[in-house]
Amino acid sequence: MSGHDSRLRDLDRARWRMALTLTGATVLLYFGFIALVAFGRSLLAFQVIPGLSLGILLGALVIVASWILTWVYVRWANTVYDPQVRALLESGR
Amino acid sequence: MIQRAADTAIGQPNAVAMAFFFVFISITLAITFWAAKRTRTTEHFYAAGRTISAGQNGFALAGDYMSAASFLGIAGLVSTTGFDGLIYSTGWLVGWPVVLFLIAEPLRNLGRYTFADVVAMRLRQTPVRIAAALGTLATVTLYLIAQMVGAGGLIRLMFGLSYEHAIILVGIFMIGYVLFGGMIATTWVQIVKAGLLMSGALLLALLVLLRFDMSPAALFAAAAERYGAGVLGPGKLVSNPLDAVSLGMALMFGTAGLPHILMRFYTVPDARAARTSVFIATGLIGLFYLLTFILGFGAMVLIGPDTIRAVDKGGNMAAPLLAELLGGTPFLGFIAAVAFATILAVVAGLTLSGAAALSHDLWVSVVRKGRADAGEQLRVARIATLVLGIVAVGLGITFKGQNVAFMVSLAFAIAASANFPALVLAIFWRRYTTAGAVTSMATGTVATLALIYLSPTIQVDILARGNAWFPLKNPALVTLPLSFLAGILVSLLAPEPDAAAGFTRLERQTHLGTGETR
Repeated sequence: MSGHDSRLRDLDRARWRMALTLTGATVLLYFGFIALVAFGRSLLAFQVIPGLSLGILLGALVIVASWILTWVYVRWANTVYDPQVRALLESGR
Repeated sequence: MIQRAADTAIGQPNAVAMAFFFVFISITLAITFWAAKRTRTTEHFYAAGRTISAGQNGFALAGDYMSAASFLGIAGLVSTTGFDGLIYSTGWLVGWPVVLFLIAEPLRNLGRYTFADVVAMRLRQTPVRIAAALGTLATVTLYLIAQMVGAGGLIRLMFGLSYEHAIILVGIFMIGYVLFGGMIATTWVQIVKAGLLMSGALLLALLVLLRFDMSPAALFAAAAERYGAGVLGPGKLVSNPLDAVSLGMALMFGTAGLPHILMRFYTVPDARAARTSVFIATGLIGLFYLLTFILGFGAMVLIGPDTIRAVDKGGNMAAPLLAELLGGTPFLGFIAAVAFATILAVVAGLTLSGAAALSHDLWVSVVRKGRADAGEQLRVARIATLVLGIVAVGLGITFKGQNVAFMVSLAFAIAASANFPALVLAIFWRRYTTAGAVTSMATGTVATLALIYLSPTIQVDILARGNAWFPLKNPALVTLPLSFLAGILVSLLAPEPDAAAGFTRLERQTHLGTGETR
């Protein structure tokens, strides 16, 4: 295997590591919320400020956090992954 | 208390609704006419010539995904059950990060028109294409039936049109967009619809919040004061935690297996645009589901659950009622037209992806073994569109008055259990084989259909039996792992050296696109 190919492998691995970590985070986030809905009813009914229950707050946070996770990935892919791929492809010519 | 009797203009022909509807139809037909002149090859018909920008595709993805069920259904559910409805709002969103992390880029890099392209890539074409096309058609048909039946009912409720006329009207426009304008017209119909839906929902939420000093907390507090603090916390909907987890799995991984969503990634120029488009779509869809919090509780406080149920048992008219209360008949007309546009756009997207499975996967790849010329491919794609559109209208009329709400979650369960595992294993796993792929997709589809039939959804809710053999309403908790297991076991039992060699050959392309050879 040439050095070029092994660097490409490393880059692939880095992308999959990132993808799987972020997928795991999303799964934990959502099923953590569902677990609270199932087992923490009284906790979620607690009102942080009058009207805003912990359940509504966490539900909104799940949505916002999912979006932030997609932002983290896009930012990483655009600023770290893509330039390295480009550099590698150019050096491999 | 502001509760009113159900005196509403809903169900009567509404001049403003007609006017908005007419404007929407005129714009979309103009787009279709423009797109038809640009649709000369299958590349245009299925993938809009790969010229859609990331921003446009972000809006189109959101348009494809936000159905009338999510707009009218969730607002209705929140307005009648409170917090429990919000569980759906979050569940419908969390599939999108998964689409981005695992699927969007490899799909764009490997395939051409359908997700079967990617699954079949290094495997034997015929069996894999047939299995994947059946998974696609099962998902699309169930989703279409649910949308058509919902459309018939909603349009009857809002415009006073007969059910059959409504379905035929939807069918004519849907076939028109796709048949003549292909993916270019479908994409722009989605973009217009997403823009309308977002502005309608934003405006409605703003009008609600104006009544509560712009404070969502004050709105929720008013709901708690009137209907008890219980509406702000989990209620009866999630009585069985396993049920909630199973539904959650179907929503989360089903999104990444919906053929009409996956197909959109082929319309952008490269993987980077595919990536950005999911980020934009997730933002739009997330904002929309956050707005359902306001719309739902707004309808609960300002209209009241009893009045909402009196107009429509399912609560679907909560958002239109709210629009009428806050903006009078003109705003009701606008929201009704938006709901109609929503339905039209979603069924057009579904029809196109089903037609691609019929023509590209079954006819061109299986029957003609890839030897059909460009003219024949385009012709077959259009015939498939016409056939599928007519079948959809027929099914919509056949299922009149049936309880089809379960069909959407069934479509998600099949997408999660048949399409998603096949796609993930094909992208990730070197030792995946033809036999493994076919077994996995067949197991996912058959097990999902069987378990849904044995579940309380069919046995108790529809057949009115006392109990059901299978306890969960949604089977994804069982069928998704089962499908992965079947695919992995069969692949390990009978290795396919050619397929493994193909994996190595395609490795660069999977992660890097066509790269240097572009």
